[in-house]
Amino acid sequence: MFYREAGQFKTNYAADLAVFPIMQDRIGLAIILFIAAVIIPWFGSSFLIQAVMIPFLIFSLAAIGLNLLTGYTGLLSLGTGAFMGVGAYACYKLTSYFPSVNILIWIVASGFFSAAVGVLFGLPSLRIKGFYLAVATLAAQFFLSWCFIRQPWFYNYNASGAIEVPTRTLFGIPITGATAADTTRYFVVLGFVVVMTWLASNLVHGRIGRMWMAVRDMDLAADLIGIRLLQTKLLAFATSSFYCGVAGALLVFLWYGGAEPAVFDVNLSFFILFMVIIGGLGSLTGSFFGAALIFIMPIALRYFPPKLGIPVHPATVEHIQYMIIGALIVLFLIAEPAGLARLWQVGKQKLRVWPFPY
Amino acid sequence: MKSNATRRSSTPILVWPTDMDILYKVFVDPFVQMGAAPDLLVQTLWEGLVAGVLYSLIALGFVLIFKASGVFNFAQGIMVVFAALTLVGFHEHGVPAFLALALTIAVMFGLAFAVERLILRPLVNQPDIILFMATFGLTYFLIGFGELIFGGETKVMIADQLLLPRGAIDIKMAGGFVSLQKIDIAAAIIASLMVATLAIFFQRTRIGRALRAVADSHRAALSVGISLEQIWVIVWFAAGLVALTTGIMWGARSDVSFALEVIALKALPVLILGGLTSIPGAIVGGLIIGVGEKLGEFYWGPLMGSGIESWFAYVIALIFLLFRPQGLFGERIIERI
Repeated sequence: MFYREAGQFKTNYAADLAVFPIMQDRIGLAIILFIAAVIIPWFGSSFLIQAVMIPFLIFSLAAIGLNLLTGYTGLLSLGTGAFMGVGAYACYKLTSYFPSVNILIWIVASGFFSAAVGVLFGLPSLRIKGFYLAVATLAAQFFLSWCFIRQPWFYNYNASGAIEVPTRTLFGIPITGATAADTTRYFVVLGFVVVMTWLASNLVHGRIGRMWMAVRDMDLAADLIGIRLLQTKLLAFATSSFYCGVAGALLVFLWYGGAEPAVFDVNLSFFILFMVIIGGLGSLTGSFFGAALIFIMPIALRYFPPKLGIPVHPATVEHIQYMIIGALIVLFLIAEPAGLARLWQVGKQKLRVWPFPY
Repeated sequence: MKSNATRRSSTPILVWPTDMDILYKVFVDPFVQMGAAPDLLVQTLWEGLVAGVLYSLIALGFVLIFKASGVFNFAQGIMVVFAALTLVGFHEHGVPAFLALALTIAVMFGLAFAVERLILRPLVNQPDIILFMATFGLTYFLIGFGELIFGGETKVMIADQLLLPRGAIDIKMAGGFVSLQKIDIAAAIIASLMVATLAIFFQRTRIGRALRAVADSHRAALSVGISLEQIWVIVWFAAGLVALTTGIMWGARSDVSFALEVIALKALPVLILGGLTSIPGAIVGGLIIGVGEKLGEFYWGPLMGSGIESWFAYVIALIFLLFRPQGLFGERIIERI
């Protein structure tokens, strides 16, 4: 049908190595970007932008971060929530010390703080592996959460223990704080996500990505062919934490507008891990799918039953929601352990050879 | 055991000491305090041991399942809550305490059977991380299911009806009184009995041998005619029984509520400290973590602001791990290319 690569000849190496070798994929990507950048801000309701799209994009970014570590390098981490917290608090401290510097610079800078903390807690990864490492990263999670709660320096000694996002502007337009318009914030988030996804795609398709994958597939063998394990693993931790840190800063500055330490607890880590595994380990597209499924499913479950006229008690809805999420996770794992990204690939392959079965 | 909520609401007090005597405060002062009031030290040690016994019990549930099916069962914590709530729930509906206990055991068997049939069997031979995720799904399901049936409110464990003792024994020693709760002593005795039974079951019975065979290699066990399905049901049932015991003991000390679910997270450092595959490891690890945590909180906690309990256990476990990456008693990991 329309999804065919017949007649698309590659005449140079660059074209052969392209991330999207098939023209229809490139068109599809352009359409998605067009919808995201034009259609949604133009026609989308405030609810769609504020409560669905902004958090969805931010969680996708965090999922990409974790995917670089868990999916590409094979290091299981349960400290994502804390690394996001480091980003958020770093950004908060930086912008309260230097209010005149542009907030976008601080959001990027806070990623570096998060990366440094990530490297510190990634150090044990050279010696311990698998679930032992996962539990070791929980140490980061609990220690950092404790810092955010108990050390008043982090939230500028204010009485509530929570952080409030100040208003900051870009070219005179407020982009954070209470006065910022939904659409403005949406554009900022979208910009970050697009640029960082593009960077991540370049990383994983290049030398560094190959090193990561070699370490994931068998670290002993990777060591033997001359990949230095310590540097590679720490680089993965740094990059992953950088992404998570930026996502955390975006989460507080452009979505919540303020945060208590409880936001960055261990449940957030699990939440992001769900997205990565349901979406597909080792796939950037999968991170988006996972974020969409895990984040949007509860919203849908909350809004559709009343629309259909089924009277349900709100508390019951929440319980049933838990049950459905649990059951769906198991179902998805049984149906496709490799995640939604694999389903997507299978679908594309079917489309390519249609109407023949193979 | 304070819940997280109360901890969060208390006002943050201090901050890092800035002057030069920090070294004295960390390395000398706590030991001076210990020497000055040995009764307090004994009391703290005892509380640590008791908390350690309960951590060990949860860790034991993890280890049983990990040994036999290679699944890192995140749902152990919620299984504890679920078992305790089922027991209390039956009793609330007028079932006598011991009949309720029997019924709860039956429910845990049903759960083990359902887990094997609906989760483990379709996911056989999948990577560990996928099975780990599946137990997350199970956790969520059980949280929703439990709250739907039993409601979210806190309940009181039927400790008296189950003939568990209450009250405390005061022992005069070391220039003061040390107070031992009877329920804690009972918990320690029951836990030891349980471990002994499990050890005999594993070492001496036919099923125990089959369990160890499955733990060594699924395929080899299958090829000599051991039914994986049967073994899995048995193991999950055993873990369910451990969960029920933990639930009763923990519930008798505080209350039964969904907040108990976080104790699963407290058991994780115990696991990696003791080794994921070792039953003695779970016991020793639990005691080390329990005692270390209480001592750390009591003597070093005031230095850094309170609440260090939440991560101190992980730090202890990490220090041990740096020297023995497979835990104290875990099997040495041998890798080949």
